[in-house]
This record gives sequence, C-alpha cells and structure tokens, in this order.
Amino acid sequence: MRSVYIVFSALFVMGLAVWAYKENYATQEVLREISQVQRQIGLQRQELAVQRAEWAYQNRPDRLRDLVELNFDRLGLLPLLPEQFGTVANVAFPVEEDVLIELEDSVAVSGSLEAVNQ
Amino acid sequence: MSIRTPLRPLARILQARSTGENPDAIERENLRLRRETMRDATRLRAEGRLLVLGLCFVSAFAVVGMRMGQVAASNPEEPRAVTTGTAILAQRADILDRNGRILATNRTTHSLYAQPHEMVDPVHAAKELAKIFPDMDEARLIKDFTGTRKFVWIQKQLAPEQQQAVHDIGEPGLLFGPRESRLYPNGKLAAHILGGTKFGREGVMSAEIVGQSGIERYSDDYLRDPANGDKPLQLSIDLSVQSTMREVLFGGMHLLGAKGAAAILMDVHTGELISMVSLPDFDPNSRPTFAGQNAGDNPRFSRAVQGVYELGSTFKIFAAAQGMELGLFKPDSMVAATPPFRWGKHKIGEFEGHNYGPYVSLTDMIVKSSNVATAHVAQQIGVDRQKSFLKSLGFFDPTPVELIEAKGAKPLLPPHWSELSTITIGFGHGLSASPLHLATAYSSLLNGGTRVTPTLLKHEGPIKLGPRIVSPEVSAASRQMLRAVVGEGTASFGDVRGYQVAGKTGTADKPREDGKGYYKDKTITTFASVFPANEPKYVLVVTLDEAVETTGPKPRRTAGWTAVPVAAEVIRRVAPILGIRPDIETLALGQ
Repeated sequence: MRSVYIVFSALFVMGLAVWAYKENYATQEVLREISQVQRQIGLQRQELAVQRAEWAYQNRPDRLRDLVELNFDRLGLLPLLPEQFGTVANVAFPVEEDVLIELEDSVAVSGSLEAVNQ
Repeated sequence: MSIRTPLRPLARILQARSTGENPDAIERENLRLRRETMRDATRLRAEGRLLVLGLCFVSAFAVVGMRMGQVAASNPEEPRAVTTGTAILAQRADILDRNGRILATNRTTHSLYAQPHEMVDPVHAAKELAKIFPDMDEARLIKDFTGTRKFVWIQKQLAPEQQQAVHDIGEPGLLFGPRESRLYPNGKLAAHILGGTKFGREGVMSAEIVGQSGIERYSDDYLRDPANGDKPLQLSIDLSVQSTMREVLFGGMHLLGAKGAAAILMDVHTGELISMVSLPDFDPNSRPTFAGQNAGDNPRFSRAVQGVYELGSTFKIFAAAQGMELGLFKPDSMVAATPPFRWGKHKIGEFEGHNYGPYVSLTDMIVKSSNVATAHVAQQIGVDRQKSFLKSLGFFDPTPVELIEAKGAKPLLPPHWSELSTITIGFGHGLSASPLHLATAYSSLLNGGTRVTPTLLKHEGPIKLGPRIVSPEVSAASRQMLRAVVGEGTASFGDVRGYQVAGKTGTADKPREDGKGYYKDKTITTFASVFPANEPKYVLVVTLDEAVETTGPKPRRTAGWTAVPVAAEVIRRVAPILGIRPDIETLALGQ
C-alpha cells in the first residue's frame, strides 16, 4: 500500500513539474506579446501625433484662406461679417404650394387626395 | 513535573536528630537544591528564547542581503507585465488654443551622424552628402571623415526625403539617431506668444527640447514635466481671431506704410488675451537671427508686450475717470480750456493750435482730446493721487503675463515725478508703457471698475473680481465718454455699426534715438477701444508705428486717420467670430 502512495506522489510531482514548465513558457510568450503590443501602441501613438500635426498643418488659417480664394467660384465663401446676423423675423415663411387651395370648383373635381398631394 | 521534594524529610530529620546534627542544615541544603533546579530551568528557557530571536534576526538580515545581492547582480529590466495607462509619448506637452486647436506639437525626425572608422568609402560619402545638403562644405567633410575622429555630427534634423537620400548612399558609417522636434503648424501666427524652442543637451539617441522664448520658456517646467506629456497647455488665444486680426493688421500696416504694428484683444472681465499680434513677426519653426542695432527692428521683438511707448491721449480717460471717482468732476462739469496752459516757463497747447476754450465739459475734453483741459484736471488731482491711481492700474510694474519677455518690459516712469510730470502724464506724455499695459488698464477701468490681470491661459470657472479701482458708475460714465469720442470725436472712423464701439485715440511723436527731443514726422498712433459700450466684453488696442495716411493733400499721421480705421476693420471682422450679435436696431437705424 505504501509503495502505491509513493508511486502516486511521484507521478503527481512529475505532473506538477510538467505543468510548471508549460506555464513558464506560456508566461514568457505572453510577456513577449505584451511588449510587442506595447511597442505597437507606441508606434501608433506616434503616428497619431503625426496625423494630428499634419491635420493642424493642413488646416492652418493661411492655407484655408488661400484655398477659399482659389475656390471662390465654386464655394463663394466670404468672411463672417456683422451684416450676416439676422433675426428669426427676417426669415420668410415657406411659400404655400398647396394645389388644393387653387382648385376653384372643388366639388366638380373627382379623384383621390393622395394623388393630388404627390 | 517531578514530585516536589519535601524540605524537611522526616527520615533524614530523625536520623540527624539521633546523630546530634542540626536538622536546619538539611532544610537549607534542600532549599538550595530546589533553587538551583529552578534557576537551571529558567536559564534554559531564556537561552532558548535568545536563540529563536537570534535566528529571526539572522534570517531577516539574510533575506535583505540576498535581495540586495540579487538587485545588484541582475540586469535591469522593465516590468513588462504591467501595462501603463499612457505610455510617455512626447517629451514636451502640446500647446493648444482655447478651442483645442494645436498651436505647438512635436514631430519625430532624425539626426544624422557619422562614424568615420566604420566607413567604406569616406570620400564618396562626403561628395554625396555635399550634394544632398548644399550648405555643407565638401572639403571639410572629407577632412573630417578621413581624419582620426571617431564621431562627427552632420545634421541635427533631417527631412524624410533627405533621410531617404542619405540611405541611398549606402554607407554603413552614416547613422541616424531619433530626434523629436517642435512643430508650429500655424507658422507665423502667434509667433511672439509661442516664442520658440532650441535643443538643450544632445545625445545620439535623443536631445532635450528647451523653451527659448515666449510661453515656451515661461512654462518650460510644465511643458517638460513627463507627467504632463498628455496634458496639453491650453491658451486663451483663439486661433481664428488671431488669424483674422493678423490679416487685417498686416493689410493696414502695409496700406499705411507703417514700420510695425501691434494689436491686443482682451476679455474685459477675465483679462484673457483672445488675440495678440505684433508685426513684423517671424516663423518660430526657424527663428531668425538678428544682427541689427535697433532692438525695435528685430522681428522677434514683440511690440505688444516688450515695446514701451508714450501712448498719448489714450491716457486722458484715466485723468477724467479719476477726477470723477474723487468727486472733483462730473461728466458735464466745465473745465477751463484756453490755451496755452502755463506751468512755470512751460507752455502746453492743443494739437495743431486749436482752441477749445474758454471752457469745455469733461466729456468734451475727452471727445475733443483737449490737452489744456486735461492738464487742469490732472493738476487738480495732484501728484500723489495720480501716482497711486496709475499704480493701481498696473502702470508701475511689468505686466504679469505668462511670457518670459514681459518681465523685461518695465514702464518708463519720470525719475522725478513733479507736478509738471503729473500734468503731462495726464495727457499721455512722459510715461511709456506697453500696449498690453494699456489694454489691462482699459479693461480694469471699463469692465465695471475692477482690476484684471492679463493672462494667456484659458480661464475656467467663475470670474473672480479683482480689487476695485473705480465705482461702477464712474466706469459706465467713462464708457459713455469714450462712446462719444467714436460717435462725434476724433475716432469717428471707428464706429462699427451695431457694435457700439467706444474708444480713445492717441498720437505721440516718436522720441529721437539720440535723446534730443521728438521727431516731427514720426508718430506712434494708438486706438484703445472697448465694445460693445453698453455691455463691455472686449478691449481692443491697436498701435501703429510710423503710420501715415496719404490720400489727402497733406499726409495725415494722427490716430484718427491711421489706427482707428484699422481697429474698426478688426472689430468688424472679429466680433462676429467671437459670436457677438450686432445690435440690430442700431444697425437698422444706420442703414
């Protein structure tokens, strides 16, 4: 009986050793991955910074002003001026384009409303 | 536990008695033996405890010693399993405008150096390098590469295409090192505020970036702190406003043939500088060197902050406001104005020999810009009261704005502040200050009467009122006077419809460099204004150096013809960007 215990505990210890060995390598693998990911994060942050700098450079006011002047025919952009402010009262009401009102002898007209509205 | 031995065992006592011995001796003997046993037991226990304690100490020392040995003997290694939230990205924090647009950031470039002993064909490499970098001397490179030197710096910064060209030489002795450099994407815009950077200590793998001037130098500690790598410095500057103001000022400066110009737009309540322009300016990406004699001609010289000028009649409102605050005058009080004003042998007259006398009201004194009347007002205020008032407005100290240059711009005060000084300072002569001083003083006077501190950093949270300078009523009355100047006085060109501009012009002859009086045909013209007058939001100060308006038969050099139209255009363009709606009724009436 006692020898059985010894054999089992020996096997158990060997099993543990194998597990520990595998864990060790798995950990090292994960650490390698992490350092790679972190390097990638660093590079991408750097790229992001470059993109942001590029964006700021492309959107610098001098350049935008030149572009506005170059494309005046197409865009017609003007500087913001006080005259461009208005009140709600200055906005015209939408023009009624209801055909039904223009019908004179509505009784004589037959057909469905939906067709008229379209 | 052993059975306790009796001290007087009967058998031995009886035996001793029979032999005639003293039985007490037996008792003493037994007592002694018992004590010895007890002593031995105690000693054993104490020794055991000592041993345990000793072992504890030994093991503790052993652990510490082993850890020390391990730390000393092992290679240093970053803790790879720990993820840091934000990896240090840039060695210097970004600078943003008030809306979060980038004013200064970093970019990665490369430096180029050579290790001549690694080179395969030094002469060829030198020839190719001279082709790529036209400013490099080929003979010098050949000498460096073929000599005994082991290390040669070639370029501190490379453009990517230059780096590719150097790669294409295929020389193993040419090596690249990473470099971070400061980038100002908006070029000349806000150059005087940002200042610039330079490389500090340099190594192959990196170089320190240190602030050289402007806010880069002032806030160097904050910007360089690695903990602030992802916490950009946010300024109060608005990039759109800054750009518009520079455009208008640049146009105005060239139209009027001015040598230089400065403009400051300040929030009257917080003291935040929304925009500050000084022309001529420079590109902070490549700071120019300057070899001229006159510091004022240096493009790096900020006229808005560093330039101290006699700001002329713009000071008259301070005399008027103080007169009202002291209760000496009311806006409609009459002041003597018959020229000349005599003080000792000195005579003070009006501009172009006008005569506004015999009496003008305090409002008309400001509207007509009467030197004589202001002299009377200043004389009544007196030396000490005027000094303490101007001191409370900040005219005695350099401005506390966050620029390294500001500390050096101390206003020039008269060495002996006599009554004559008081009189001349009343109308703006004899005291030189920077346009920023003037903007700060106007903000403090016109915002309701509380002192503001000029700042370049964005203000967050509720506004903290500074010390009171004048009462709100005096502040409002001053604004009305300034509004009248624009409505009917010297600054009629400044009336931007719908914005109720209020302001005061100032024209000062430039002092000669040799100190012998003033130039007759060179002026510093200033227009200090606040808008909208009924509910002040911003103060705008425009200063032009040697501006002249030549459309008339005679060249005009007064502020009303030079600085005022430029300021009006600035307000017309900038106010809508700042989101101020024009007063519709006024606008309609004007049309």
